[in-house]
Amino acid sequence: MQRRNNGGKMTEEIITKDKEIAVPGEIIATGMSFLPGKGAYRESDKIVAQRLGMVSVEGKVIKLIPLSGRYLPKLKDRVIGRVIDVLMTGWRLEVNSPYSAVMTLKDATSEFIPRGADLTQYYRLGDYVVCQVVNVTSQKLVDVSMKGPGLRKLRGGRIVEVTPQKVPRIIGKDGSMVSMVKQATNCNIVVGQNGLIWIDGEPENEVIAVKSVKKIEEEAHLSGLTDRMAEWLQKETGVKVNPAATPPPAEEQTTTEHPHHFGGSQ
Amino acid sequence: MTYDKRFDGRKIDELRPMSAKVGIIPRADGSAMFQIGKTVALCAVYGPRDLHPKFMQNPETGILRVNYNMMPFSGHGERVRPGGGRRSKEISMVMENALLPVLDLKEYPNAVVDIFVELPQTDAGTRCAAITAAAMALADAGLEMKDMVCAVAAGRVEDKIVVDLNYLEDSHEDGADVPVAVLPNSGKITLLQMDGEVTKEQMNEIIEKAKEACKKIYEVQKAALKEKFAKR
Repeated sequence: MQRRNNGGKMTEEIITKDKEIAVPGEIIATGMSFLPGKGAYRESDKIVAQRLGMVSVEGKVIKLIPLSGRYLPKLKDRVIGRVIDVLMTGWRLEVNSPYSAVMTLKDATSEFIPRGADLTQYYRLGDYVVCQVVNVTSQKLVDVSMKGPGLRKLRGGRIVEVTPQKVPRIIGKDGSMVSMVKQATNCNIVVGQNGLIWIDGEPENEVIAVKSVKKIEEEAHLSGLTDRMAEWLQKETGVKVNPAATPPPAEEQTTTEHPHHFGGSQ
Repeated sequence: MTYDKRFDGRKIDELRPMSAKVGIIPRADGSAMFQIGKTVALCAVYGPRDLHPKFMQNPETGILRVNYNMMPFSGHGERVRPGGGRRSKEISMVMENALLPVLDLKEYPNAVVDIFVELPQTDAGTRCAAITAAAMALADAGLEMKDMVCAVAAGRVEDKIVVDLNYLEDSHEDGADVPVAVLPNSGKITLLQMDGEVTKEQMNEIIEKAKEACKKIYEVQKAALKEKFAKR
């Protein structure tokens, strides 16, 4: 398709430009001076897309930012899980991924749990918790822990599901986006890296918070989103929001530094 | 006898009109629709997800599971018996073989990627339409793929080599039908079947023409995938 022949000479050029969408197998660039990053591979002198994604050229490295796909547990990710089974020595959690996670007694609480105790008095089936991934094996056995600041059981509120790839955008730079929504709607919000979001507040405000999360998800690939969201939130809630507000106290912070932000910062 | 004019008036290597759309099923992880002439394929991809029954799990790699289904009212007047049959089982298997070479499921041990293809309306070339739709749905699901997969049926009707046979041509008494799946960027073939008889020379011509036709299908796939994620 986009192969060009300059009299048999090897050409060094980017065919699919930065921020454009590439489909699997598409040739992004030709020439040996480029390096394939995540989501791309080298085929002789060409850099080829290995997935559907947005092309990102950083110097010599060409990588693809995924736009869709399921969540795969990653070490130190803070996720929201649902208890799906009570085991002999812990709980099994569903974390919106192909693999379920296990939380052992030791990692569950700082309380002393006596031998043979009924584990459902701590967490029951269907409970939602915020936890952190502490181990992922090659066979994708996932261990999570609830020891750490802000890790807790979630009571009340509601759970919203978003595409996991859009999570960095929902959190925003240093948590700016989510703290803006919190400020405007006066809701408690916890964003899990696995695409589950917990929202708790006044019913009307919860609805607005859910709407704003969905709006961010839909427009994640557009730039200038923070300002647009500030305007939108102000219209919906009547609360004056400042897009440059300082992030709230660390306790509610859910930001995990993520290398790729959509469309960069505004 | 010579087959001078195609039944529907197409040129000898002309494809039926195509259209494609990605992301048609919100609950699926990836989905796509592909229409070529009167044949329509709807495809949903789920996963990678937990695989049950457990004995099917493979600790070395994730597996691909394809389900091809023609809806009861989709055929030519005759009701297609619902449920899996020998035919759909075979097509599911060849589809799996056609799509697996581009996928890398090593990252997902013990898991499964499920592909469901439903055909609400058919006019021959269903397995090819199904593969074309499935490749788009897999890309939409965000899975790592080396390349796309495009498929088309080429074949012989009397003395002519034609591409994208419709039902009349497919069921013609003197002819052959050869479905071909091609990886558009590398030109590799992942599906090649034949129903009928052709000579060696004719076979080569069929494969060449099918490869040419797949390039057009690839453009349709690419446009559909880019449209879903394009900036509005």
